[in-house]
Amino acid sequence: MASNDTTKHGQHHQEAFPWKHIIGFLLSLVLTFGSLWFVLGSHLPSQAVISAIVILAVFQAMIQLFLFMHLTETFGPNYQQFLIFFAFFIAFTVVAGSIWIMAFKSYVA
Amino acid sequence: MNPAVRHFILTFFPHNVLELGADGAIIMASLAIVFVLTYFKKWKWLWREYLTTVDHKKIGIMYIIAAITMLFRGGSDAILMRSQLAFPNEHFLSANHYDEIFTTHGTVMILFMAMPFVIGLFNVAVPLQIGARDVAFPYLNAISFWLFFVAALLFNLSFVVGGSPNAGWTSYTPLAGAHFDPGPGENYYLIALQITGIGTIATGVNFLVTILKMRAPGMTLMRMPMFTWSVLITSILIIFAFPVLAVDLALLLIDRLFGAHFFTISAGGMPMQWVNLFWIWGHPEVYIVILPLFGVFSEVVATFSRKRLFGYGAMVVSLLAISILSFVVWVHHFFTMGAGVGVNDFFGVSTMLIAVPTGVKMFNWLFTMWRGRVEFAMPMLWALAFIPTFLIGGLSGVMLAVAPADYQYHNSYFLVAHFHYVLVGGTVFGCFAGMYYWWPKMFGVKLDERTGRWAFWTWIVSFNVCFLPMFVVGLMGMTRRMYTYPAGLGWMPYNFVETIGAYGMAIGFVLMVYNIVYSIRKGERDLTGDPWDGRTLEWSTTSPAPEYNFAVTPVVHDRDEWWYQKYVDKSKKEKPVIRPIHMPNNSGRPITLAAGFGLAGFGFVFAWYVPAILGLLIVLICLGARSFELNTDHYIPVDVIERTEAAAGRL
Repeated sequence: MASNDTTKHGQHHQEAFPWKHIIGFLLSLVLTFGSLWFVLGSHLPSQAVISAIVILAVFQAMIQLFLFMHLTETFGPNYQQFLIFFAFFIAFTVVAGSIWIMAFKSYVA
Repeated sequence: MNPAVRHFILTFFPHNVLELGADGAIIMASLAIVFVLTYFKKWKWLWREYLTTVDHKKIGIMYIIAAITMLFRGGSDAILMRSQLAFPNEHFLSANHYDEIFTTHGTVMILFMAMPFVIGLFNVAVPLQIGARDVAFPYLNAISFWLFFVAALLFNLSFVVGGSPNAGWTSYTPLAGAHFDPGPGENYYLIALQITGIGTIATGVNFLVTILKMRAPGMTLMRMPMFTWSVLITSILIIFAFPVLAVDLALLLIDRLFGAHFFTISAGGMPMQWVNLFWIWGHPEVYIVILPLFGVFSEVVATFSRKRLFGYGAMVVSLLAISILSFVVWVHHFFTMGAGVGVNDFFGVSTMLIAVPTGVKMFNWLFTMWRGRVEFAMPMLWALAFIPTFLIGGLSGVMLAVAPADYQYHNSYFLVAHFHYVLVGGTVFGCFAGMYYWWPKMFGVKLDERTGRWAFWTWIVSFNVCFLPMFVVGLMGMTRRMYTYPAGLGWMPYNFVETIGAYGMAIGFVLMVYNIVYSIRKGERDLTGDPWDGRTLEWSTTSPAPEYNFAVTPVVHDRDEWWYQKYVDKSKKEKPVIRPIHMPNNSGRPITLAAGFGLAGFGFVFAWYVPAILGLLIVLICLGARSFELNTDHYIPVDVIERTEAAAGRL
């Protein structure tokens, strides 16, 4: 099985200690509890709360992408960047499109 | 009788002749299967070779068999509906029963027939086309299949235990909400779709990674076969579209089971949001079930015209264009919701735009055939039938895209005719073309041409007899989903002809089954591995392909690599060196995990939380056990490979 092990691990560079993951884990906990606090603990107006948790969610997504999902690491062509741009396009389309389409609610109500 | 017991019996067991008959048929068929497996001592074989397999070829075969059985189920629903509508004022089915049947017809055909058939073709062909040994995540692939299988079982169980969903395959709120539709039927729909959706997302990830990372050396993106291209694009669509459905289903399930009000207007919710989210998934979904078949037609047309595919680059660009446009057209499914002129104009124009890349593909197929040596084999016949059928479907779609006119067509039989022309003409004909094309690769036997032609012509003629009159009767004002209609509207002759067509398609299906059974017994064996004089790598290995697909990983020089090796490359080939092949181990865990999902799903349907939690525990234990598994793969030694290759006459 010795040859098996080299082929398996040879292509992954091993870090001594997973600092990236620990930092990412702590930061994502901080951001999660932060947004929970904005909703439950703070007494800001709801517009401000929504803006705050959206901003925290964007940071959360960044942490996931860079610290856990290896956005910058690649062996060979960097397909994931194209896919991330496509994901941003879809997210924008779905959110902005739904708001636009559902705007008729205000005329009905 | 105690009222509680009476209520239990009435909700749990069927109380109608048709359902009792179905119940009996299900029990008899299950007993027959158990008897046959026991009598021929096949249980062990079944477990070892199929139930625990992680081999993409076997998983593909299981997907396709399951899809054909679901085609039978959805087709039976269609026959019941057409029998009801053959004459005015018929009450063969009650209104509720009719609602259940059109709901399950749509849901089964889209999610449990079209999806598994298409994914089955992915599994059968893609790893072979790109020269890979298996998909990137074979264990996950088995999980995907078993999740689909369990979801299909759960969905079909609704027919005999508790009642089927009856709010249409789109399950619009508020009709599908807890207030207007109590009972387990809609829960079955939501949970079965959720379970199969998890499997589908996993399939999307699996094939995206497989195609990007596991292509044979030399196969650049622009040397990939067109079917592989279409699967790549479809995988991206799956990954971005299916999570929207998952969220939508979860929201409605929370509404129904736990009393939330996401879609209840009186409590501040928004029922139209269900429709919006459903079609954000739903429109890409129709491209998910058509793009891979565009890939199949590209392969079939090139192979049977003995020509390179015309306009490969244009095909790729139009696939990309369709994939992007498919995400910006969803409102055309609900123009009549009243979202305003600006919204309807935008989505009407984007819908018409999608006809442009689709038209480009049409011309490319026609130009591929132009001056080719066209051979009318079975796969090619289905591809030829597809072109005019899909054209009628597509052009009526452009008519529907005109938002003001859509107020006339909306939810009429004109629409029913339109989407059957695209879904049957595109998806079903495409699945059949793919099935006939790759059948020799799957089983080592060609499907018989003569009996195949009977099935083909019966299908084509009956399909048009069934659906062409629907355009007319739709313009006359008949709306979809009406369970009966009064006499004197002039609809009866059209409906009667449609019913004849529906029965004709049923005969076509029976002939196709006969074609398959006949071919298994007497069909022409494929000993060459290349029965159609094919162009791509799947035809370079034996039929059926060995477990490891290729004894030596091929090196790719050309877009039609196998054609290149056969007819262009004149250099002397050195005898290849066979090395041990690294393969994944079989596992019984995917089927156990899926059974856990099934138990949990059944519990949630009836809000019985003991089985629900028990099922989820099984899922968690399976996931945990996998995390600690070290022995996941093995090597096939050189002498075994040499023996297999020698037995196939390849050494």
